[in-house]
Amino acid sequence: MAGKKYSAGVKDYRETYWMPEYTPLDTDLLACFKITPQPGIDREEAAAAVAAESSTGTWTTVWTDLLTDLDYYKGRAYAIEDVPGDDESFYAFIAYPIDLFEEGSMVNVFTSLVGNVFGFKAIRMLRLEDVRFPIAYVKTCGGPPQGIQVERDVMNKYGRPMLGCTIKPKLGLSAKNYGRAVYECLRGGLDFTKDDENVNSQPFMRWRQRFDFVMEAIHKSEAETGERKGHYLNVTAPTPEEMYKRAEYAKEIGAPIIMHDYITGGFCANTGLANWCRDNGVLLHIHRAMHAVLDRHPKHGIHFRVLAKILRLSGGDHLHTGTVVGKLEGDRGATLGWIDLLRESFVPEDRSRGIFFDQDWGSMPGVFAVASGGIHVWHMPALVNIFGDDSVLQFGGGTLGHPWGNAPGATANRVALEACVQARNEGREIEKEGKEILAEAAKSSPELKIAMETWKEIKFEFDTVDKLDVQHK
Amino acid sequence: MSDVQSFKQGLKYETFSYLPEMTADQVRRQIQYCLAQGWNPSIEHSEKENAFGHYWYMWKLPMFGEQSVEAVLAEIDECRRANPGHLVRFLAYDNYAQSQGMAFVVDRGR
Repeated sequence: MAGKKYSAGVKDYRETYWMPEYTPLDTDLLACFKITPQPGIDREEAAAAVAAESSTGTWTTVWTDLLTDLDYYKGRAYAIEDVPGDDESFYAFIAYPIDLFEEGSMVNVFTSLVGNVFGFKAIRMLRLEDVRFPIAYVKTCGGPPQGIQVERDVMNKYGRPMLGCTIKPKLGLSAKNYGRAVYECLRGGLDFTKDDENVNSQPFMRWRQRFDFVMEAIHKSEAETGERKGHYLNVTAPTPEEMYKRAEYAKEIGAPIIMHDYITGGFCANTGLANWCRDNGVLLHIHRAMHAVLDRHPKHGIHFRVLAKILRLSGGDHLHTGTVVGKLEGDRGATLGWIDLLRESFVPEDRSRGIFFDQDWGSMPGVFAVASGGIHVWHMPALVNIFGDDSVLQFGGGTLGHPWGNAPGATANRVALEACVQARNEGREIEKEGKEILAEAAKSSPELKIAMETWKEIKFEFDTVDKLDVQHK
Repeated sequence: MSDVQSFKQGLKYETFSYLPEMTADQVRRQIQYCLAQGWNPSIEHSEKENAFGHYWYMWKLPMFGEQSVEAVLAEIDECRRANPGHLVRFLAYDNYAQSQGMAFVVDRGR
């Protein structure tokens, strides 16, 4: 800009990047960071530093800054708020102009927002709490390959959550024995079975034989039950080329759904695979291995609600969300927040669920929330209440660990699920009356009765590590 | 092993088909729920051997805007009488989700 002169040296970040008078544009990408600065660094300077290091800034002035309009391209720290119940951290709100990001690229968004800035020395800890993607940017992303409505129609599942199960043991089964476990689950009443995330193509079971045996199990169970069935064939692979090869074969043999691990596999691979699924009419189940490395620490990393939003934009028809009640971490309010972010077309700001911004998804399809990990029939009333119909409830040990085997285990879960949905629709409070509802259903289902006797003592009552920030003083 | 029961395989019909066939009163309460959601009731039927396909025969037209549970039940009865031996299912169209909010078989045939 004419009139600006170059002067070498180091300026305070706040001179350029702290703009409390700025009103964010509808097209800005907004981020909320929880910042814990090093001692002696004031809030405005720390917030401005994060804005700078995640956008145009570097530690010193360079002459090439003057060849562009940095005032247009820079990130702007526009607000600071206290974190309830925490004196050492604060929330910083930063607005980024949409032109900073390549269209449809979760890779590019993350490289900026959670790139070098997370190693920045002046900041002791940094957590990305939420991101508002402007609808203009949302429309550049492919999103879920099929979405909730299409999957319901394809699979013929209406008016209830779907049921799944991860085949165990996680590792070591031969392909033929593995297919047997799948067949038993599906014929017993599950809608889906799932490859464990660790199952890719190891020496004990190469992918191709697994795919063949599993497809036979699907066809046979469909013919015998008259219901539609699927198995998430995990195509997560060492290279994109290998991933597409497995996906192509799954399509060739008629598999309705495949699976990918979007964090270990990477956002580049995931977005590519989602596009492939959209082109080929295949459903895509998404696992989230490694998420807890990023999202569990309350003051450093990336909140899961951001990872969930990134997945909806990158593409997936199912995403694991935690169970609230099972063996894995998950606060109830926060979980309700991110399952809304996966499924609804507009989600308003709601601090009681940890949602910092309105998020408009426009016409982007929704993602099924998947509850999986340490759940069994006794959890069913709570799960139906928390997750609602647009979900997949996955009982691994809770199906395979049934004393009579997988098929009766599957039936027990299916009976419990349908009894809870029926009772909910009749206006009963299913969490409060859960015990009576299940006991009633067990009268006509010996499979459910014995399942209830087997698991009645098992609970997972540890407190959550990552809670929502609330005033506790 | 004497405690382990053998599994009996049988044909099923998706939602609610793992529960005993509903009584008239239970069916009434499910329909009531669907109408309260603002969904549009509809009835379909099929020969058992053709039930796997996505499309069954539609009984008349979906009852758009129908608020009376009794009217829906009367149509189900009429459909059942006109198609002995057929599976009869009740479904509810959710026009906002552009999907079915509910679908279940009310008559599993004889």
